[in-house]
Amino acid sequence: MTGWLVVTVLLLTAVAAAWTVVMIVRDESPPSDRFFVVLGVLLLVLVVQLVAGLVALATTDRDVDGVTFVAYLLTVVLAPPFGAALALVERSRWGTASLLVALATVAAMEVRLDALWAAAGA
Amino acid sequence: MRELSTGPGRVLVAVYAVFAVAATGRSLVQLGTDAGRAPLAYSLSLLAAVLYLVATTCLLRGGEVARRVALVTVFVEATGVLVVGTLSYLVSDWFPDKTVWSHYGQGYGFLPLVLPFLGLWWLLHPGVHPGARAGRSAGGDQVSSPPPGT
Repeated sequence: MTGWLVVTVLLLTAVAAAWTVVMIVRDESPPSDRFFVVLGVLLLVLVVQLVAGLVALATTDRDVDGVTFVAYLLTVVLAPPFGAALALVERSRWGTASLLVALATVAAMEVRLDALWAAAGA
Repeated sequence: MRELSTGPGRVLVAVYAVFAVAATGRSLVQLGTDAGRAPLAYSLSLLAAVLYLVATTCLLRGGEVARRVALVTVFVEATGVLVVGTLSYLVSDWFPDKTVWSHYGQGYGFLPLVLPFLGLWWLLHPGVHPGARAGRSAGGDQVSSPPPGT
C-alpha cells in the first residue's frame, strides 16, 4: 500500500466533507454538479486503490490479514455512490447530511486500511 | 404520517446501513476464519449484525409495524452495547477478540453507543409516532387551536 494513495483519498474526502458541511449550512440541495465531479474523482482514486491494493497484497511478503483487507478495499468503493444516491433521493439538508455520513465512512475505512497494512509490517 | 426513511430518518438509514455492513462483515470474517477463538464475542458480533440489518430494513420499509419492530431492535441494541461495554471492561477474559459493542463501541467512534438513542429519538418523534400526534389536529404540522388544559 502506497502512502500517497492514502493521503490522496483522505485529502479528497476532507475537501468533499468540508464542501458538504457548507452545503448543509447554506441549505443547498441537491449538491451541485461541481461537487459530484469531486466525488467522481474520489471514486476514481478508490478504484485505483482497489487495483493497487490487490496487486500490493499479491506481491508483498507481509503477513496482511488478507480477507479483511480485500473486504475493506471493495466496500470503501461503494460508499461514495451510496452517499450520492441518498443525497439525490432526499433533496434536503438531510440528504446532504447522509452524504457526509458516507464520506466519514470512507475516511474511517481508509484509516483502517492503512492500519491493517501497517500492522502487518516489520 | 411521515415515512420513517425521509428527512432525518434518511441520515439514520445511512448510519444504520453502514453499521449493518460493518457488523455483518466483521462477524462473517470472525466466524469464517477462527470461530473457536472467541465464541462469545463472535456470536455477539453476529447478533449486532442481525439487529442492524433488521433496523435498517424497518426504517426503509416504514409503517407502524416496522416502527414497532425497529423500536424493539433499538432497545436490544441499547441493552447490548451497555451490557457488553461494561462486561468488556470488567471481565475482559470473556472477550479475547473485539465485537462492535466492546468498550461501548470504542473501535467505531462510540457510535454504537449513540446510535440506539438517536434511533429511539427518531422512532418516538412527533410526526413519526402516531401516538405523539394524537393531541394534534388532523392537519399534521399545522398549528390550530391549543389543546384544552394548557
